[in-house]
Amino acid sequence: MEKTKINITDEVAIHISEMNKWYGNFHVLRDINLEVMRGERIVVCGPSGSGKSTLIRCINRLEEHQKGRIIVDGTELTTDLKNIDKIRSEVGMVFQHFNLFPHLTTLENCTLAPIWVRETPAKEAQEIAMEMLEKVKIPEQANKYPGQLSGGQQQRVAIARSLCMKPRIMLFDEVTSALDPEMIKEVLDTMIQLAEDGMTMICVTHEMGFARQVADRVIFMDDGQIVEQNEPESFFNKPQSDRTKLFLSQILGH
Amino acid sequence: MSKLAFVQKNKIPPSPAPISEVGVIGWLKQNLFSSWFNTLLTLLSIYFLFIILKDFIPWAWGGHWDTKSLRECLDLNPDVACFSVLTARWKQLLFGLYPAEEYWRPTVTFILLIFSIIPILFPKFFRFFWFSIIYPGLAIWLLWGGSIWSVGIVYIGFFLGVLLFILLLRNITKNMVIAGISSILFVILFFIFFSNYLVKILDIIIPISLPPVESLKMGGFTLSLIVGITGIVASFPIGILLALGRQSNLPIIKMICVGFIEFIRGVPLITLLFVASVLLNYFLPPGTNFDIVLRVIIMVTLFSAAYMAEVIRGGLAGLPLGQHEASASLGLTYWQSQRLVIMPQALKISIPGIVNTFIGLFKDTTLVSIISLRDPVGLASTIRADQTWNGIYWELYVAIGLMFFVVCFGMSQYSQYLERKLKTDK
Ligand SMILES: Nc1ncnc2c1ncn2[C@@H]1O[C@H](COP(=O)(O)OP(=O)(O)OP(=O)(O)O)[C@@H](O)[C@H]1O
Ligand SMILES: [Mg+2]
Repeated sequence: MEKTKINITDEVAIHISEMNKWYGNFHVLRDINLEVMRGERIVVCGPSGSGKSTLIRCINRLEEHQKGRIIVDGTELTTDLKNIDKIRSEVGMVFQHFNLFPHLTTLENCTLAPIWVRETPAKEAQEIAMEMLEKVKIPEQANKYPGQLSGGQQQRVAIARSLCMKPRIMLFDEVTSALDPEMIKEVLDTMIQLAEDGMTMICVTHEMGFARQVADRVIFMDDGQIVEQNEPESFFNKPQSDRTKLFLSQILGH
Repeated sequence: MSKLAFVQKNKIPPSPAPISEVGVIGWLKQNLFSSWFNTLLTLLSIYFLFIILKDFIPWAWGGHWDTKSLRECLDLNPDVACFSVLTARWKQLLFGLYPAEEYWRPTVTFILLIFSIIPILFPKFFRFFWFSIIYPGLAIWLLWGGSIWSVGIVYIGFFLGVLLFILLLRNITKNMVIAGISSILFVILFFIFFSNYLVKILDIIIPISLPPVESLKMGGFTLSLIVGITGIVASFPIGILLALGRQSNLPIIKMICVGFIEFIRGVPLITLLFVASVLLNYFLPPGTNFDIVLRVIIMVTLFSAAYMAEVIRGGLAGLPLGQHEASASLGLTYWQSQRLVIMPQALKISIPGIVNTFIGLFKDTTLVSIISLRDPVGLASTIRADQTWNGIYWELYVAIGLMFFVVCFGMSQYSQYLERKLKTDK
């Protein structure tokens, strides 16, 4: 396939065009086109199985797309391993189930990648880590192991761990859905603060309050397609497609 | 008001537990006599212990230690043990046919062994790790003798290789692969063309050597330790690589690993040992003197590496996919994430299985008696073939069993210590 040069200004953080992905014969993502500007906060929502996770996992190549192009921070995602490792170190990701490294302390979780990937001296890495742990408001847990922390604390450590790499883009995949209600707030507060600092963020979430408060744009996915996108105000008050209306009525209905 | 509405109005201070729950009596009551069934089991166990010990203790306690032959023992008292065989032959059981005036060498090797594993077993002493690296060469030299430089040259070669690698990376290229390959090439060339001369020169300048002892003289518990420990140390990394290879996305590597593991696991160790002792000589060019102990070590290593690989694969399978994803999403490369994130956890899960394999390997070293190497079990037959001790069974095998038990029990205890220490979720 002929690769045409796409003109991308420095303002574009992520450029996705005509992207398709299949799991075997199952067409998960269909013709995705999406451009995310620097500093933009995007919330992705949609019914279960609609491909939200798959979409954001394609952005840091945890999943491989088969057609179309993804350009992250000026670097195109190809099979070239060098590019992939580079992009992964620029793009932070936080998972639903935290995925902290249980054999390392909170602090070690945060310094591991900076030391080995960025080759930051250990002392400096620790300083950065403490700074980030303070930002997520748990510096006092630095020497505990993940197994000794509550879910909300673990998730905040996971956010701090990503931040220690000084990423330019952050991906959040339903980071609050494994948490008890009282812990959801502490994690959301951390994310709101991050958004206020100007981080480029893509958040898959069903927290509509959060979407209203911080999102620049809400994207609605269904059946592997982007069905609708809009500013939160219009998205929630004047949804266009029937599928969006149905989804919103289910999620806000009670 | 109904009873259900009861609430405690004042705070109750903690009070000591009832007497029957604590102390020796409490423990006995809770653990040994808590129900009639438990009581029955306890009494039965005590009865069995009694039956076993009632004969064994007088037999062992009253045993003779200083008679000249089994005959003499039987004349004195046929109902007690005749440990005199150990008094007479313990050196052989420990050192095999090793020359008597050189016994200090295996002894020193064994004592140094303890020092060399301490830095590995206890991170507190990790700063002495350099000794663990020097030790293998030192041990080989002490046991087999000859010039110190024929062992030292190996260290010199690798040292030069590492030095070259670092220099290349610092000054010439940033590419690890290029630097690695050129250093390896250098080391190979060094050993082919250069090392012989260097050894001769060094021998003239600083001649240090011990009388050589050939492999067939190695025996007794020394041989078990040589084969067992080398096998353990070598099979561990090979096992890790095989386990990773088996999970690899590269079909050829995967095929090779699966084939190797399945083949080795499907064949009895004895067969491999026979191959080592007899068949290998057919395949090797005539005149090559491929040391028999080395051949046995290679076979034992391959054998337990295959088992190790499967144990570690179990540990790898026990890790959630999220760990791979998290480390990948942080930008760690494949090898970094294996080394820093995946393996530490997978190995921790597999500790019981790994130690199980180690213990199995160590006990399997007794099979070398079948290809007529003189490990303790082989020596037992030799000793029993002797007129003076003909007819003796128990005393020898109890002693041999005890030697193995001490080492294996030690390994098992260490593994439990390690499991406790690595527990991070409490
Ligand atoms: N590894 C896989 N192999 C095959 N199918 C998969 C795989 N991963 C996901 N799928 C399928 O792809 C579809 C999209 O999955 P995805 O996880 O992206 O959905 P989602 O929108 O994140 O859903 P949820 O809200 O439940 O997390 C689903 O139908 C799922 O069954
Ligand atoms: Mg999902």
